[in-house]
Amino acid sequence: MFEETDNTAWCPGCGNFPLRTALKDALNELDLKPEKVAMFTGIGQAAKMPHYLNINGFNGLHGRSFPPAIGMRIANQKMKVIVESGDGCSYGEGGNHILHNIRRNPDLVHLVHDNQIYGLTKGQASPTTEAGYTTKVQTNGVNAEPLNPVKFALSMGASFVARAFVGNREHLANLIKEAMNHRGYALIDILQPCVTFNKLNTYKWYSKRVSKLDNHDSSDYYKALKLSEKWGDEIPIGVFYKEEKEIFRDRLSQLDETPLVEKKTDLNEMRSLMKEFK
Amino acid sequence: MKKNILIGGEAGQGLQTIASILGKTLFREGYEVFTTKNYMSRVRGGHNFIKVRFGNEEITASSKKLDLIVALNQETIDKHQEDLKEEGKILSEKEHEENQNIKINAAEIAADINPKGKNTVFIGAVLKLFGLELDKCKEVINENFSKKKEVIQDNYELLKAGYESVEITEECVEVEENDERIYIDGNTAIGYGAVSAGIKYYSAYPMSPSTGIMNYVASKQEDLGIVVEQAEDEIAAINMALGASYGGIRTMTGTSGGGLALMSEAVGLAGITETPLVIAEVQRPGPATGLPTRTEQGDLLFAVHVSQGEFPLMVMAPKDQKDAFYQTFRAHNIAEKYQIPVVILSDQYLGDATASIEEYDFSDLEIKRNLVNKKNYDSKNYNRYEITEDGISPRAYPGLLDGETILADSDEHDKHGYIVEDADKRVEMADKRMKKLDKLIDEDLLEPEYYGKDEIDYLFLSWGSTSGVLKETIDLLQKDGIKAGLLSFNDVWPLPEDKLKKLAADNVKIIDVENNSTAQFAKLIRAETGIEVDNKILKYDGRPFTADEVYNRFKSEVK
Repeated sequence: MFEETDNTAWCPGCGNFPLRTALKDALNELDLKPEKVAMFTGIGQAAKMPHYLNINGFNGLHGRSFPPAIGMRIANQKMKVIVESGDGCSYGEGGNHILHNIRRNPDLVHLVHDNQIYGLTKGQASPTTEAGYTTKVQTNGVNAEPLNPVKFALSMGASFVARAFVGNREHLANLIKEAMNHRGYALIDILQPCVTFNKLNTYKWYSKRVSKLDNHDSSDYYKALKLSEKWGDEIPIGVFYKEEKEIFRDRLSQLDETPLVEKKTDLNEMRSLMKEFK
Repeated sequence: MKKNILIGGEAGQGLQTIASILGKTLFREGYEVFTTKNYMSRVRGGHNFIKVRFGNEEITASSKKLDLIVALNQETIDKHQEDLKEEGKILSEKEHEENQNIKINAAEIAADINPKGKNTVFIGAVLKLFGLELDKCKEVINENFSKKKEVIQDNYELLKAGYESVEITEECVEVEENDERIYIDGNTAIGYGAVSAGIKYYSAYPMSPSTGIMNYVASKQEDLGIVVEQAEDEIAAINMALGASYGGIRTMTGTSGGGLALMSEAVGLAGITETPLVIAEVQRPGPATGLPTRTEQGDLLFAVHVSQGEFPLMVMAPKDQKDAFYQTFRAHNIAEKYQIPVVILSDQYLGDATASIEEYDFSDLEIKRNLVNKKNYDSKNYNRYEITEDGISPRAYPGLLDGETILADSDEHDKHGYIVEDADKRVEMADKRMKKLDKLIDEDLLEPEYYGKDEIDYLFLSWGSTSGVLKETIDLLQKDGIKAGLLSFNDVWPLPEDKLKKLAADNVKIIDVENNSTAQFAKLIRAETGIEVDNKILKYDGRPFTADEVYNRFKSEVK
């Protein structure tokens, strides 16, 4: 069973708490064993998740949550893989990796704690902070348009794109389960308030705006793309788009059912490779 | 007998094909062969050349003085004629007055058979000039064009036509065939060492002059069921490899200096998470883009100090094509024994040079993973970062132990892997990690190899690829009655000190020879041992040393 630990370094009231509970519930409802799930995180408050849940964890470098997860997918396909980090780590420092890993379509779930601000470095703008929002660094307001992660992932051809809000915990847990059952790359951009540093996007602010996608056909790509532009007075949450397609591992025809981690190396076979140098 | 052939022309003229067919043919005849590439960072045009040196005695380096220039253009003659020996010859399509020139109408000859095959005409002519036969070359052509069978017959004819178009200039000493030898380049030797050590995954971003390693491993991925992934950048490459290593398989990445700069933060991640990793760094001259296809040993201190903070790391610098294989194999065992990153520091000269060497002996090779024994641990008594006497903690990968999760963290952590900030635990963990180096120094550090007489007046120092050149230099000096010896370092960090301290007597002058401008190895030696070298012979023009050159500089700068 997955369990939450008592002590965390998170602020009281942080959106990370309901997110963790939703994740724990989802994993338990899926009946997964903790030793069979590996979580790859970057740096930031969100990235500390594997410390606060009994799960395999590789808490690596800022922006680099994604690449080691690919290494794990190659080493051992029996391991369920979750990539988890904040908006700065995932969309800023790690921008190049999300771009190219959507192309790879690896079988993993990508949970982005999107609080639209940098928390651990104490309140600077993130790639998703609203334009014009002032901080100690962005004294005249953020001078760039915010990234729209849902639209970005859709336009890149991601095979599962969803948005959630930590205020709707059960809805989030269900989305995580659906993403875990999806074969391929599944992004859930998870809106959450930063109770300490984000004075704009509060629980109240989100609660007034989020609305569940009802009667949306998640196989309709262009409708999903259109919907992804909706932001402001109404913010849709739910699965925007979902499609089964070839995953990263499918293209590695040299691999078989036995994970590489269970394979031995035959030195006699290696020795025979010397022929080509004769 | 040692003969030195230079084949020169523009990029895209097929120099590589001539050199590889010719080199392999000479190797199959039974000669010792040493081939070096000298090329520009471009795809077409410019001036490139390849030197093929062969003979009936050991050849450990390239050489300056030429016996034959095969000139595919006039520029080759203009640039290299000064290196031609008095009795040397130039084979070209040009008419020249000098009696050194041998004219060959290669294009005309090829036009009748296959206009694209001019280069094979040259190969035929070269073999004839040295009085060799065509049988072995036909074998090599057959293998070389195995995927284009329709051109094999044409090439036989082109070869014969070239052969018949010139006269023998000198007969080569006959040699016996020897099938216990191989002909391999430094990059491929590293790649072969890596797959032999059982790597299941290689992730890298293409970067000259290291790409040859990736090419070799990729060429084996289908047969061996392993994976090569071209990452989106070097940062991804090394982090992917780390994730795979954490996942329980042997992995490797390779790059040059600029790529290592991008990877450096993750080398520290390997250090603090104690995740085994082998990184091949094939040096080229920097800084920044520098000279992308040339050679230098300018990254030694960078590799030794790579990444912020303090953590155990090993740097080894293979001396030659033989060493490149064995050291890569050894690097993987050491990385897993000590759970540390190991950098293999090669360079363009070694990486691109193809040499005939004794075949690799697999009888002593053993893959040692040093993973935990499942029987001894369960979720109750297992701690990934257990504090132990020698600093080495039991290593399990996720899924190996029932009921046990594995947590690796780039933050300072406790024995379970959980983030901690208390002062005592920090010191305890930092000490635990660094202690591993003490054991490594005791049990696994390779002392440098000594070459030369017992009684010496001069001690030369080399690290990495300059060893071969310096061996030849020592031979030249001995012929002059100069008593000189050579210490060739393979492991450079931690620095093996014993042999050096023993040989560094007061009456022995120490001469440090390095392919860089700041004598980085001499600095490292002084920092670690207090030993000052007496003379430095340095070169940083992007080209490798030759023995004649070191010999001459010794005469003018030292003695």
